[in-house]
Amino acid sequence: MNHILTLIKKDLLLEVRQQYTFYGILLYVASTIFVLYLAMGQPEEKVWNGLFWMIQLFICVNAVAKSFLQESQGRMLYFYTVAGARDFMLSKLLFNAGLMVLMSIVSLLLFQLLMGNPLQNPFRFIGFVCLGGCSLSLVFTFLAAIAARARQGAALMAILGFPLIIPQVLLLMRMSNTAFADVIQAGLWQIIFLLIGLDVLVIALAIILFPFLWKD
Amino acid sequence: MRQYWWKILSIVLLIYTFIAGLLIPLPYETAYASSNLYESMRNFFFHVPMWFSQLALITVSLFYSIKYLRNPNPTYDIYATEFARTGTVLGVLGLITGAIWAQYTWGAAWSNDPKQIGAAIALLIYVAYFVLRNSMPDMDKRGRVAAVYNIFAYFIYIPMILILPRLTESLHPGGKGSEGNPGLGGSSLDATMRLVFWPGVLGWILLSTWISTLRLRVRLLEEKKHSA
Repeated sequence: MNHILTLIKKDLLLEVRQQYTFYGILLYVASTIFVLYLAMGQPEEKVWNGLFWMIQLFICVNAVAKSFLQESQGRMLYFYTVAGARDFMLSKLLFNAGLMVLMSIVSLLLFQLLMGNPLQNPFRFIGFVCLGGCSLSLVFTFLAAIAARARQGAALMAILGFPLIIPQVLLLMRMSNTAFADVIQAGLWQIIFLLIGLDVLVIALAIILFPFLWKD
Repeated sequence: MRQYWWKILSIVLLIYTFIAGLLIPLPYETAYASSNLYESMRNFFFHVPMWFSQLALITVSLFYSIKYLRNPNPTYDIYATEFARTGTVLGVLGLITGAIWAQYTWGAAWSNDPKQIGAAIALLIYVAYFVLRNSMPDMDKRGRVAAVYNIFAYFIYIPMILILPRLTESLHPGGKGSEGNPGLGGSSLDATMRLVFWPGVLGWILLSTWISTLRLRVRLLEEKKHSA
């Protein structure tokens, strides 16, 4: 547990010291949504929802990609021996989940500002956005580890990840449709638990498989 | 001494399903009275077993990937790749036979049916698997990274094909209303059809295993030649 906290603190410190990456992603979020606004104006709810989650997907790939790519092979080996693979992976998962939740909320604000506000139930949507940010970041964190191992960048991550992320995205779209009108979606809790179940599965797989990935 | 009885069995079963599948009378109720299937229902004997064999082969591929991680023997890696490759080919065949059939029966080759989406995702996953493999020149690392992706993808893919059909309505049998299910619509199969269908499934699985083993022999010989 201590290891994990220290590693997260290290990632945070890196973020604070080399602010260009953080602001880089922030700028990416802002400019993507601005371009979208120029192209689409203020679309109707269904399009709004679809666009929002697609943008989250691309933000996630870019935000998470650097988590393994920025570390040199030697430094990785150092963390691996000092903290162990499992703690290392868990710290990355947690850190990226936090980062992605933050980015999702920023992009939600920008969406509200530029693309109009079709939300009837904003608090519920914020909950979904946090859950969605976590779910997306978990899958892509592990894929970033794979891509880093193959010495490839974000492009390979997208190829590997997009087919795998489809169930999460579909569940998220389903869920968030309920935030646009006062309709009662049958089995909303079931969908939420399914998504949480998938997240747990991804975390378990990541923890089990990561040590094999980094063994040399 | 090579075991070849199962190859003969595969041929016999496939000849049987091809003849019986095209000749047996179809159940009147499901094929004519309550649907627009008519004779196209016979596609069931050929299209569905392909998906069964694809699932069987990618499961074998998963098995060898796990074995490779436990014991990094390059042969296991080649096994995992070749089974995944044949599985993907069968998946493509399943998708094509399904699309041709859907063109006539559902009116469009592609209608965003959850099972069609699942099929397309499976193909994307395994194509990505091959792209990932080819992006790494180092054999040892390639084997390990590819095995990790294979296991990760499989365990996400299987829940996905269990969840997707329940989320949206499906045109596939058993997908009426919101009570879609990932498997077959059990009640639409009558006893005669079962007698043709299940041998067909076994026949296709055996045939695809045969194809994989042929490819494996070639690959292993190539490997031997390179290392010698």
